[in-house]
Amino acid sequence: MKKIAIQLAALVFALVLGSAMLDLDPAPVDLRPAVAAHLEASGVAHPVTAVLLNYRGYDTLLEVAVLLLALFAILAVIPDSQTGRPTPAAPVLQTLARLAVPLMLVTATFLLWAGAFRPGGAFQAGSVLAAALVLLHLTGLLAGWPQPGARLRWGLAAGFLVFLAVAAALLLQGHLLQYPPAWAGLLILCIEFALTLSLGLLLAGLFLFLSRDTEGAP
Amino acid sequence: MSTGLLFALVGAALFPMGVAGLLVQRHLLRRILAFNLMGSGAFLILVGLAQRQDVADPVPQAMVLTGIVVAVAATALALALTRRLYALTGRLELPDVEHD
Amino acid sequence: MTEALLDPLPGLILLPLAWGIAAFLLGPGRGAAPAIVTLSLQFLFCLQLTHQVLADGPATHPVGGWGAPLGIDLMADGLATAMLLLTQAVALPLAVYARAYFRPGAPEARHFWPLFGLLLAGLNGLFLSADLFNVYVTLELVGLAAVGLVAMGGGAGQIAAALRYLFATLLGSGAYLLGVALIYGSYGSVSITTLEPLVAAHAPTLVGLAGGLMLLGLMLKTALFPFHFWLPPAHGGAAAPVSALLSALVVKASFYLILRLWLGPLAPLSALHPLLPWLPALLGTAAIFWGSWKAIRALRLKMMIAYSTVAQLGYLFLIFPLLGALGGLQAGIMQAFAHGLAKAAMFAAAGVLIKATGQDTIAGLAGAAQKLPLTLFAFGLAGVTLMGLPPSAGFLAKWQLIEAALGQDCWLIALVALAGGLLAAVYVFRVLRQAFLLTAPESSLQPVPRSLEWAAFALASASVLLGLRGVELMQLLHVGWAG
Repeated sequence: MKKIAIQLAALVFALVLGSAMLDLDPAPVDLRPAVAAHLEASGVAHPVTAVLLNYRGYDTLLEVAVLLLALFAILAVIPDSQTGRPTPAAPVLQTLARLAVPLMLVTATFLLWAGAFRPGGAFQAGSVLAAALVLLHLTGLLAGWPQPGARLRWGLAAGFLVFLAVAAALLLQGHLLQYPPAWAGLLILCIEFALTLSLGLLLAGLFLFLSRDTEGAP
Repeated sequence: MSTGLLFALVGAALFPMGVAGLLVQRHLLRRILAFNLMGSGAFLILVGLAQRQDVADPVPQAMVLTGIVVAVAATALALALTRRLYALTGRLELPDVEHD
Repeated sequence: MTEALLDPLPGLILLPLAWGIAAFLLGPGRGAAPAIVTLSLQFLFCLQLTHQVLADGPATHPVGGWGAPLGIDLMADGLATAMLLLTQAVALPLAVYARAYFRPGAPEARHFWPLFGLLLAGLNGLFLSADLFNVYVTLELVGLAAVGLVAMGGGAGQIAAALRYLFATLLGSGAYLLGVALIYGSYGSVSITTLEPLVAAHAPTLVGLAGGLMLLGLMLKTALFPFHFWLPPAHGGAAAPVSALLSALVVKASFYLILRLWLGPLAPLSALHPLLPWLPALLGTAAIFWGSWKAIRALRLKMMIAYSTVAQLGYLFLIFPLLGALGGLQAGIMQAFAHGLAKAAMFAAAGVLIKATGQDTIAGLAGAAQKLPLTLFAFGLAGVTLMGLPPSAGFLAKWQLIEAALGQDCWLIALVALAGGLLAAVYVFRVLRQAFLLTAPESSLQPVPRSLEWAAFALASASVLLGLRGVELMQLLHVGWAG
């Protein structure tokens, strides 16, 4: 009864929402000209990257904080004493993984470099990096991670730290994250480089920290 | 009809489906999937509605990228908690609210 | 003056981010000292900001130097500054409390400090943001940090409470995000300042839907009756410092956003029908009676306090029909302060009692008053604030609410406020009566660190003494008041 009521309400809502979308005037504010006008000063040639790392770079800073936060929360709930279950080795898969991982590293580097002028960037590159680590783990070449030691902690936080340091340093000469046009390209590249490494570890960590948590599972 | 508007309309269908799933389903994995359906609906509307004249707008595209990362983080946390609950209780459903 | 160096707006966001990350880098369980030092600095920044806002009016900081609508603006008017003050004022004593509460090396507290730091960054960022999409990111920061803090203990009950909380908070922020998407689609901007005149000029049906979605989502996150189902298990089941943070601050963040939207961009919509502001007031009334009833019947101390939060949040929504005048807003913010300080004190005191008695039932408190007089005094003072007795901040809040209600011929609201105070007296005295029972000397209590007791006492006395210094806070709310 309750189930049907909820589903009916969802249907009605979808219809109302859809029909309200159909009679909509053009938006009074158009940000495209502004995005294009300042592209020169933004330090990158691709408008989406310019929005992500310059115009609305503050959103991206907080977004990396959200990812770190999810990792902290996960580390807070997984138990300490775990014994990693060894993944059975499959020779064919391992060989394939050994071949694939270098290619994935090249792809990640390309995506990072491409972000400046075409679709790509730190998040895409970081995901490929993370995928490489997960692949190694699934084929039994990389063990699941225990609670991180100091080195891994620095690696996980490095991207965010660089981003935060740049943001704070720019505050000294103007506003938060206000890149001087001459330095914008270089600073953004530094941030993206550090972010790629950390995001790779972070996203892989969301998987690898959990993989040892098999206690109690049948 | 423009492609952008079509995206938005699909989003308008997906979002309520996700909400209904989140409210109706009991299995935790299904609820996590429902949350992602809901998020995808909102993202499609954010990008699609802004581009209903079929001219690309980089601002909502960048916002959606941010939103996707946030959704990934939330999903990872939800999955980790679900695994932990399963390891501790052997159940994949939330217990009924205790009346204390 | 080196103003850029000391600009408190970005500072209040960068500092907690920095100490949160520093705590993570220092390693599990560490980071209390940098947190307390930096929190003191944040508190000073808040005081500086208060002076600045009182003297020069609302402060803004265009992040990236672009300015809205292309960039994101940080903005601090009187309302935002007041919430920032409350946040740092509650967080600092709680940090001192948490440092003593979690024994060194306790597995459940391994990642408390990083989560705490990012939670505060999210809260401060949320109060300062003048951009609806940026607010979404800060909302998620706050929501996920809160869920992580609830889950921290790692027990099955806590994990279940955290998951329930996670689904509620994700549903709430999902609805909010859809609202933002519809608003961007309709107007092409998510900057609050840009949107205000645009919505006033023309609001299609879609914007009405967007407003409804955002407000509903935020009400779910504020745990307004009947959306409160997730709050008691989460707040009642977490570690005491976490319960205090969540009840005092986290639910206030989404309430603040409701106010910000209601008074700002959604003001033309909320004025469409005269009965619209009565809807939140009605739910608030239901929350007061239902929450108080559950609190009176609760067997466990922290459950009682958690249900009391459900009731006290109800008062915040009584002000909506009164927002035509500044008095309504002042009453609401005074209540947010009173409840924030008092509830943090109450959970802190409960943490001491639970540590000392080794269990969490109200019945088991017998004799506690003899052994822990300071904690019981703190609990009682916090109770005075919740009941609304003079000279506490709770009294001032109720006084202003009743004055505003009678001034606008809404005597029903005045009656509800009075009745709620009486109900609060019932559940507070239930605990005190039990604690003051004389018991046989064999009942033994575990020793607890004195700093726990003093932190609870500091929060409780702040909630009472604020009643004497309420005028300054009220003046602050004049800044940026448009109505």
